[in-house]
Amino acid sequence: MTELRDVGAPVIEGPVLEARDFRVWYATDRGPVRAVDGVSFSLRRGEILGLVGESGCGKSTLGRGLIGLLPDGSSRDGELEFEGRDMLALPGREQRALRGSDLGMIFQEPLTRLNPLMRISGHFEETLRIHRPELSKEEVEQQALAILRLMGIPPTRYHAYPHEFSGGMRQRLMIALALVLRPAFVVADEPTTALDVLVEAQIIRILHDLRTEFETALLLITHNLGIIAEACDRVAVMYAGEIVEIGDAKAVFSHPKHPYTRELLRSTISLSTTGLNYIDGAPPDLVEPPSGCHFHPRCPDAMQICAARHPVDRDHGDGHRAACWATDLAEGLTLDESDRAPLEREEIAVADEA
Amino acid sequence: MSSSAGSGSLARYILVRIILVIPMMLILLTVVFLLLRVAPGDPVSASVGGRLPPAILAQKRAALGLDQPLYQQYLEYLGHVVRFNFGTTISDNQPVLSVIRDKGGATLTLTVGAFLIALVLGLPLGRLAGRYRDSGADAVIRIFGIVTYAAPIFWVGVLLVAFVAAHFPSWPTYGIASAQTTFVVPTHTHILIVDSIIANYWSGVFDILKHCVLPCITLGLLITGVIIRLVRVNVIQALKGDYVEAARARGVPEGRVVRKHAFRNALVPVITVIGLQVALTLSGAVLTETTFNWPGVGTALVNYLNERDYTAVQGLVTFFAVVVVIVSLLVDILNALVDPRVRY
Ligand SMILES: Nc1ncnc2c1ncn2[C@@H]1O[C@H](COP(=O)(O)OP(=O)(O)OP(=O)(O)O)[C@@H](O)[C@H]1O
Ligand code: SF4
Ligand SMILES: [Mg+2]
Repeated sequence: MTELRDVGAPVIEGPVLEARDFRVWYATDRGPVRAVDGVSFSLRRGEILGLVGESGCGKSTLGRGLIGLLPDGSSRDGELEFEGRDMLALPGREQRALRGSDLGMIFQEPLTRLNPLMRISGHFEETLRIHRPELSKEEVEQQALAILRLMGIPPTRYHAYPHEFSGGMRQRLMIALALVLRPAFVVADEPTTALDVLVEAQIIRILHDLRTEFETALLLITHNLGIIAEACDRVAVMYAGEIVEIGDAKAVFSHPKHPYTRELLRSTISLSTTGLNYIDGAPPDLVEPPSGCHFHPRCPDAMQICAARHPVDRDHGDGHRAACWATDLAEGLTLDESDRAPLEREEIAVADEA
Repeated sequence: MSSSAGSGSLARYILVRIILVIPMMLILLTVVFLLLRVAPGDPVSASVGGRLPPAILAQKRAALGLDQPLYQQYLEYLGHVVRFNFGTTISDNQPVLSVIRDKGGATLTLTVGAFLIALVLGLPLGRLAGRYRDSGADAVIRIFGIVTYAAPIFWVGVLLVAFVAAHFPSWPTYGIASAQTTFVVPTHTHILIVDSIIANYWSGVFDILKHCVLPCITLGLLITGVIIRLVRVNVIQALKGDYVEAARARGVPEGRVVRKHAFRNALVPVITVIGLQVALTLSGAVLTETTFNWPGVGTALVNYLNERDYTAVQGLVTFFAVVVVIVSLLVDILNALVDPRVRY
């Protein structure tokens, strides 16, 4: 596949993508929805970062926010650096030019993501011509067929229409389309949720192998912790718009530092791949999230301080970060007696109303 | 290979669609038949009663089969239609088919012209309104669409005529051509403008086009309103589509997203609904023709209605029904050609 490799690409040291205190809001009638509320992390070249969390915690918003694919009425804040570029300061037109060539997105529903009136060849020609107008028609076809072959799509299907493919094949087409220009960073938003288990395994293997073939950094959003364990280097756990814990996938799974991660792992001990609403209570409203630690109304370990002050994001070694007062306490932080007192149910209810 | 399988199923789709014409036709013809029977009174005496002695009236009734039971009349009616026999008018004793042949060209000219105007105005305006939804331009275009759709045809027609008469007194405001053109052009196709072209009589062509402007705008505006609303809604819908977002995620510029993804896909439902507007167009054509004294089938229909010539009315309405069915067939085939999914 050497003909696909971008020979002149500069070798960039340091992270491909870096977010610091990154925020995304949606404007609504009820006020801004703080769907991503101060998130910091970085991704190295070829690294796969898993992103888990309950439905509605802001995973898709974060993924879309990172590649600038947000609907009207939303806004971004904080810092976002991609290959040394300040993405939030970049004009819309230049951001658009990066999407498809340097930044990619793979969606959940492969069945509806291809234009039903456009042949597969049309999709590839469009994408390649926009970003590489200098390519000839033959070169376009050559590049498209090369990546399709890699995804296991026979070249004879190049001129077929999307509806002539199965769901799994369409997801592989979407992956091929997202990767044909070898982007440095790709968001895959629940790429296998709509597919059956066998196809899921196949897609995950393809994504897992991307790094060797393409050196693409991947943010893999999923509800399936099994996929994280199998395919990801690191994992980030999201709750109510925040990353509450992030670190090496094995370390996070074997020694979770955050009570939410712990509950999440316990709730999915079965191999269930469906939703994660097993933890007591419901995720909070993101227009007015709870005071202090967003998780305190549902946290079995909650203390007085949790309702009052936001926990500090702390590194617990080897880049394993978590934001939790109880963990800090266990690792030697000194807290006042009054701060340490457990938060009672009634008080939780009161704090919730406040 | 997949593409040959695709065209095979296209042929099958078209075949099935043609077979479906039969039940559609049957339903429409039944409705036409029954509607004209519920009208009170006996058509023969309504039409020529009082002018002829009772014995001859009875003879005429028998000739029309009106003395037979309803189901027999119905079967006979169907039998005639199948053989493309739409009957003979009572009032002036002409085969309905020759009325259609003589007047159809003018109606065709009017409706085609109106449709062209409607497409030229409606498609870009609807697209603009859909793309810049809730903007000032959208508001103006929507109001324009609603007004043109809701305004009564004769009112638009009369306003146009009044305006043109005041500012361009020499511009023709009624009829399809000046007397000279009608007189000079020899009849070949019964479509005056085509005959004029065949005869190489270009001042006649120009004359007819001038006559076309006001009626075509009047009828065209009615259809424009429909098309604007349709295109707008479908563009808005298509812009929310998953594949549109996916195109944006691949860095496709917004202009191209609207053009190649949203607008093109929005046209698929638009084609279907425009096909359904043929009935509206024909009824609009009837009103436009009477407003502009246009010598088409619509004017003839109104004249026969005034004459209470029921065979003529039944024949012409039947013909309209046939046109509606055929156009809807063509629209569906067009749809299948545009949208590969329809073929399944
Ligand atoms: N366009 C929008 N306008 C307003 N609020 C939105 C919009 N999109 C998402 N939200 C809200 O933002 C929050 C985060 O949504 P998001 O889709 O990012 O969650 P998610 O973690 O991806 O959930 P899921 O697992 O169900 O996909 C939710 O509370 C949601 O209601
Ligand atoms: S900070 Fe307190 S409430 Fe939040 S997770 Fe830790 S213990 Fe629970
Ligand atoms: Mg989501």
